[in-house]
Amino acid sequence: MSMLEIVNMTKLYKTGDGVRNINLTIQEGELVTLLGPSGCGKTTILRTIGGFLDVDGGDVRIAGQSIIHLPPEKRPTAMVFQAYNLWPHMKVYDNLEFGLKLRKVPRQERARRIAEMMALVKMSGMEQKYPGQMSGGQQQRVAIARSLLLKPQVLLLDEPFSALDAKIRQQMREELRKIQTDLNITVAFVTHDQEEAMALSDRVVVMNKGAIEQEGSPQDIYHRPKSRYVADFIGEMNFLQLADNKVLAVRPEHVQVSQGKGGELDGYVRTIMMLGHYIEMTVDTDYGIVKTFISDEQARQYGRGDAVALRFNRRQEYALD
Amino acid sequence: MSQATLVRPPQVRRAIGKRRAAGLAILFAFMLFFYGPLMYMFILAFANSYNFPAILPNEYGFMWWAYVFNQPNTLVSITNSFLFAVCSTALSFIICIPAAYALARFQFKGRKLVMFLFLLGNAFPKIGMYTSMGIIFYRIGLMGTFLGVLLIHMLGTMMQMIWLPAGAFRSVPRHLEEAARDAGAGPLRTFFKVTLPVAWPGIAVALLYAFIGSLGESVGTLFVGLPQWRTMMTEMYGVILDFPATAGAVFALLLIIPNFVLLIIMRKYIGAETMAKGFKMG
Repeated sequence: MSMLEIVNMTKLYKTGDGVRNINLTIQEGELVTLLGPSGCGKTTILRTIGGFLDVDGGDVRIAGQSIIHLPPEKRPTAMVFQAYNLWPHMKVYDNLEFGLKLRKVPRQERARRIAEMMALVKMSGMEQKYPGQMSGGQQQRVAIARSLLLKPQVLLLDEPFSALDAKIRQQMREELRKIQTDLNITVAFVTHDQEEAMALSDRVVVMNKGAIEQEGSPQDIYHRPKSRYVADFIGEMNFLQLADNKVLAVRPEHVQVSQGKGGELDGYVRTIMMLGHYIEMTVDTDYGIVKTFISDEQARQYGRGDAVALRFNRRQEYALD
Repeated sequence: MSQATLVRPPQVRRAIGKRRAAGLAILFAFMLFFYGPLMYMFILAFANSYNFPAILPNEYGFMWWAYVFNQPNTLVSITNSFLFAVCSTALSFIICIPAAYALARFQFKGRKLVMFLFLLGNAFPKIGMYTSMGIIFYRIGLMGTFLGVLLIHMLGTMMQMIWLPAGAFRSVPRHLEEAARDAGAGPLRTFFKVTLPVAWPGIAVALLYAFIGSLGESVGTLFVGLPQWRTMMTEMYGVILDFPATAGAVFALLLIIPNFVLLIIMRKYIGAETMAKGFKMG
């Protein structure tokens, strides 16, 4: 069942930026990521769903009902922002209780639900702390808990982990994914981090300049990018300009390296860099520098300036724009 | 470690001693400059008799306190002072807080102009403004009335209640308000439960300034209020002109007490940061 439907929606700012003719459907229990650089309109879409922006055209529906005429407090959505989610003058418990009180949930029931939710986000025992006494990661956990307590039909997450350290970010992603699948929550997630989008999503929507460029599963987006823009934005990509106004795109892990000459493309080793569990080697060719990912053992066979032959296991071709 | 290494060589000790002495001397000079007059006033207030060239009073006692409190107008003027301070602060709070919020949150034409105009009212010599206000007040019969004096006081308190609170509101992250709306609160509940409490330190400072400003208002009250409405400040003019300095000192001490008490109560809100936020024009 489709939970969220955005139909031909347009929202333009006075500056002329914004989003045009957006069509997007999110199924119940699906986690969909809106991915793109800053200013591509992904947050604009999220804010029109949450009710913080009015749309200029089209419709937004949740469970079949149009919500564009409802103020944020009347919408069946809950949103978590990148920062400044929690009210600093209220303790964690009061932050969580706020929405439940407004919904006239009885006191006992409130306490029970809050305890349950705090356990779910692994924050039990922090109820009496003020937001200022917690780390950024803890604050975001509470913010997510507060949103989940409202039992939204669609959960909106606007770069909720972007301000956190890499390690905590990773951990939060995993936990969010687990909670989301366990509770079967419908989520629209906004991020500029393609790795995060890949790791989390059932479906990724890549945006460019206020329009949807491509949508599909993480595998689809990664292996079959429809445009040069998507290919460039997602993961690492070598672009080789061919003679007939075409561009060849090859991922570094799809470049096969062997010693000597006679490959699809020949060149000389330029740099060899250790990046942890793999080695990044760049090769000077007639078509420019080609980046390759190779194993540690392989890397030992090569030195700077060695002649190497390159073959491509997978490739994409794009017209030159 | 042996005892000997702990003792500094004498020349070092002397150098440190000299620097410390110089520092103390500067501190003392500053203290004298800032608190000397206050101390002197304090001494004078408890002098029964004092003759000018002498530094200290000839005789100590509570004579002038008794005198000031036996004046028929003293208690009335104290009551009036607080009445005007409370009314002008409360009224300007009610009027200015919504305006300050609008100035902080909404972009509209002439927003900066409004902010500037509020400042402009305080940029002119007050006496000129009071004169023209006096002329208008005569026409519409506000001279010597409670409302007339209240308006004069609000001239000052309203500026305080616009600028500082506008800055305080501006520094409340929008996401905090949006989160409240998201959780199901309407605009009004969001304002009272989230925006106002978060902005409260800045607003408390504004209230304090407005209140103290109103207590200290003298020229306008003298102009519009006398003889029907006397405040401590206007009484003080009379006392200083008609009686020895010692009576003035008693009155001045009385005036300081409420300000001092307020400052103590509000001291947790008063910091350079809160102040700085209030005066950003943004």
